[in-house]
Order: sequence, then structure tokens, then C-alpha cells
Amino acid sequence: MIEVSHLSKHYGDFVAVNDLSFRLVPGDILGFLGPNGAGKSTTMKMLTGFLRPTSGDISIWGSDVWTDTLAAQSHIGYLPEGAPAYEEMTPLGFLNFIAEARGLSGPDRDDAVSKASATMSLESVLNQKIETLSKGFKRRVGMAQAILHDPDVLILDEPTDGLDPNQKHEVREMIKGLSKEKIVIVSTHILEEVTAVCNRVMVLAGGAIVSDGAPEDLLTLSRHHGAVTLELIEITEELTSAFQSLDGVDEVEREDNRLTLMPVSDVTDLFSRVMSFIREKDVTVTAAFVEQGRLDDVFRTLTEGDAQ
Amino acid sequence: MNIGVVLKRELSGYFATPVAYVFIFIFLVLAGVFTFYVGNFYERQQADLVPFFSFHPWLYLFLIPAISMRLWSEERKSGTLELLMTLPLSRWDIVLGKFLAAWLFAGIALVLTFPIWLTVNFLGHPDNGVILASYIGSWLMAGGFLAIGSCMSALTRSQVVAFVLCGFVTLMFVMAGFPLVLDIVRGWLPLSLVDVIASLSFLTHFNAISRGVLSLQDFLYFISMILAWLFATSIVLDLKKGG
Ligand SMILES: Nc1ncnc2c1ncn2[C@@H]1O[C@H](COP(=O)(O)OP(=O)(O)OP(=O)(O)O)[C@@H](O)[C@H]1O
Ligand SMILES: [Mg+2]
Repeated sequence: MIEVSHLSKHYGDFVAVNDLSFRLVPGDILGFLGPNGAGKSTTMKMLTGFLRPTSGDISIWGSDVWTDTLAAQSHIGYLPEGAPAYEEMTPLGFLNFIAEARGLSGPDRDDAVSKASATMSLESVLNQKIETLSKGFKRRVGMAQAILHDPDVLILDEPTDGLDPNQKHEVREMIKGLSKEKIVIVSTHILEEVTAVCNRVMVLAGGAIVSDGAPEDLLTLSRHHGAVTLELIEITEELTSAFQSLDGVDEVEREDNRLTLMPVSDVTDLFSRVMSFIREKDVTVTAAFVEQGRLDDVFRTLTEGDAQ
Repeated sequence: MNIGVVLKRELSGYFATPVAYVFIFIFLVLAGVFTFYVGNFYERQQADLVPFFSFHPWLYLFLIPAISMRLWSEERKSGTLELLMTLPLSRWDIVLGKFLAAWLFAGIALVLTFPIWLTVNFLGHPDNGVILASYIGSWLMAGGFLAIGSCMSALTRSQVVAFVLCGFVTLMFVMAGFPLVLDIVRGWLPLSLVDVIASLSFLTHFNAISRGVLSLQDFLYFISMILAWLFATSIVLDLKKGG
């Protein structure tokens, strides 16, 4: 369990993190979203005991990060931003070091290292110096070191940055496959990632929480939530204005050969209304679907005012 | 032991890059040049290593900062410090582990000067007890330099700044025992204070040891110097956590 209360970080007059409070329980996979400079990494650095908060408390599995740092840290696996590693070492040497620092030795150490490197498909580069690895492999080495000791809490700062689509998928599957006893915090700029792996999303802007909830709830904030999108062969002015005047349609947006019809706020049956209209007028439609909502919409509305 | 884990990684880090070999090479060449040319080793016609050891403080003035500058600056810059400090390792494990690795490395470089010792034994009959004491004294002094360098490196993410700071502070500690400096200071400071300054100097204690007397006092001086600066290192690291 993680409890954060009134966490703030100031750099001089600048407020990087502003009064965060939240609570995470095992099974939670929290996605941290926010524009550049929102305070995601700063928050993670405080959670892992690297930075001292200006005020506020953090407790990890019952251990206070500041008074009982080592106990708190032993619960955490952490991938810092940019996946730093000792570049002159090989992944094998590096992972062995991390394992030993985590108190593993002998066969336990070897088991942990080979399991983590198998999970991150590192076998082929285990004996090559890290400085000569590609960006994606470096990131994987960083991931392997974070999951090495099978931690209760996994804190990953942009874990899929620089990974190829296959590895992105692998990492997402790995996170989803973690036992329900664990807590994961991931920051990312890839919005789909959040819906793909997280069961809770927190949006930060200007150091403060601007939204916190399930990904589905976040989508309901989108102005596209519940909108009906039609794919048509041909779009005429007439057709557009006909849709515009349809009962229940608030606004019509055109994008290439698609029309998106936004519902008036309390209309829930827009799709059937649109469908009967189409049948009535005999319009040729190649595809039609109800939008869940668009995350980039929500992201922009939530963070635009606050981002510098 | 966690100190051992940090030490092992750090020490292997030295030898994983050419830096270590270049350093040892330069150290050996300079030690040789100072001893045989500048120190008039042959002309003195004496079977001892006084010219060799008397140059060590000056050699260390720029060679030790070259080792110590990377201790923390590099880790801070590359981000590995964040990794290291979020592992369940105590601050002291990390500070001491890294220092001991650097100190052992300096020790290895020192041991590799053994051909000079062989030469003097081949040419005459030196007092090997005095030579051993001098080696120990020199190594202790290197430890003092390194501990200062560790603290200076913790202050900044720039290795160049760390080098210059370390060179400057260690120069102060060497100069404090230099007769010339002491004579100047003697003019306008009370005698007791001059003694205090002299007693803080590396030179005073190193000279005492290299005469062949490894007194407890000199030994304790270097050890407490090391511990004090390592303690300062850990405080600096702690302050930096505040951002
Ligand atoms: N040492 C520091 N001194 C002053 N300001 C700092 C310091 N470290 C971070 N900041 C500022 O704190 C703010 C939050 O930074 P942080 O790295 O947490 O953002 P982030 O949300 O991780 O952004 P990104 O998405 O770009 O990674 C930024 O405006 C940054 O400039
Ligand atoms: Mg960041």
C-alpha cells in the first residue's frame, strides 16, 4: 500500500509538485499523465527516496520513505527517467550488481538475473557493453533491473520510450501480467498506453492533480464521448447540414470522408437516431460507430490552461 | 556486506575503461622522472627512497583529483546516482564503498612503483623498514587527498569543477606544512595557532612517517582526516537531496 499525503516540492520559488495526496492499494496500476514539466518525474523521485519533499509524507508498505528509507526502498523497483545505467558495464555485470545490492547472492542472484533478462529478452546482449547498446536495449536493461527482485511496488518513468512496437507490447503485457498483489506506477506520454494497461489514471498539470479516476471515466470527459462517427463515400454540403439539423445533434465535425456528430448533452440514443435517419434518406455509409471519447481531447482540455 | 558490493562494482569500473591504465602509466612515469632526474637519485649516492617519496605530495596534488573528480560528479551527470541512491543501500555503504575503491586503486598504483624499490635494493642496502613506513604513509596521505576529493566531487556535477576544487583544497592542506608558508604566517599569528595550522598539514604528518616512525598520532591524523571528509561527503549528498 502506498499513501501520499500533501506532498509538495519547491525549487526556490518554483512549485514543481503541489500538494498531492493519493492512496494506492495492491492491484492498482496507476498511469501518470501530464505535459512536459508537470511534475511526474519529480513525484517519482520523491516516492523512491531520491529527492526530499519540501513537505508532506509518503509511506510505502507501511514504511515512511524518509525515516525508514531502506525498508521502503527494498519494496520498490524503479526505472528512473532515461534509464540510467553504468555504461562501461555489461548488462550481466550490471544486473548482478543490482541483485547483490538488493541482497541476493549465489544461485538466488543468478536465478533473478536470468529471469529478468529473459522477461526483457536481453539474452543476446548480456555480454556487450551497455554503452554500445541501442536506445531500446538500454531501456530494457533498465526495466530488467527494476523487476529483478520481484518488487511489491514498480515505479516506471516512461518505460516504453524508445522501444519498438513489439517491445512496447511486451512491456505492457509484462505490466498487465504482474500479480494482483502489486502496485505499479507508470508515467507516459502515450495516451493509448494508459487505456491499455492502467486501471487508474492521474493527470498532473503544473504540479497538481487535475483528474484522477478510471480510464473509462476519463473518456467520458471527452467532447467526443458518445459521438457517432460515420464513414461515407461522398460528403455533400446538403448532407452535412441535414445531419446538423437532426434532432439530438449538437455539432458536426468533418475530417476527410468522416463525419462526427456530437450529441446534445443529455441525449444517449444518438446512434439509433442517426441510423434511422440514414435508412430514411438512403445514405450510403461504409462504417458507423459510437466514440468512446478521445484521450488527447481530454488531455488537452485538462492541461492546457495550466501548462507553461 | 553492502560496502563490498559497492566497492567491487566501483573498482571494476576503474579497470573497465582505459582511464585506469592511463592513470597508472602517468603515475609511474612521473614517479620515475621525479625520482631519477629531478630528485638526483644517483648523484645523492645514498641507498634510500627519500627523493621518491618527497615528491608524492606534489604528485598527488594533480593526480588524486583526477581519480576523485569522477566519484560523484559523473554519477550525478549520467543519472546513475539516482539509481544508486534508490537501491536499499545505506548512505555510509555507498560513501565508504566508493572511497575504498578509489583508495585501493591508488594503492595498486603505489604498489606498482616496486621497480624503484628493487633498484635501490640492487644498488645498495637501504633500510627497508623506513621504505615500508614511507609507503604506508604515502598511501594514508593519498586517502586524505581522496576523501577531500570525494567531498568536492559531491558538490558538483561538473568533473572539471570537482578537479579544480579538489586541487585547491588539497593544496591548502599541503601548503599549511610548508616551512616557507609557516614562516610567513609566524610573523602575525600566535605561535599556538601556527602549530595548529602545521599540525593540520599533510606534509607535517607525511614527513614524520617517512622518517620511518609510524606513530599512532600520525596514523590517527590521516584516519580522522579521511573520516571527517567522508562524513562531509555524506552531508553534502544529503543536502543535494533537497534539490
Ligand atoms: N533541480 C531543479 N531545479 C529547478 N527546477 C527543477 C529541478 N528539477 C526539476 N525542476 C522543474 O520541475 C518541473 C517538473 O519537472 P519533472 O521532471 O518532474 O517533469 P515531468 O512531468 O517529468 O516532465 P517530462 O514529461 O518532460 O518528463 C519542471 O518545470 C522542471 O523544470
Ligand atoms: Mg519526466
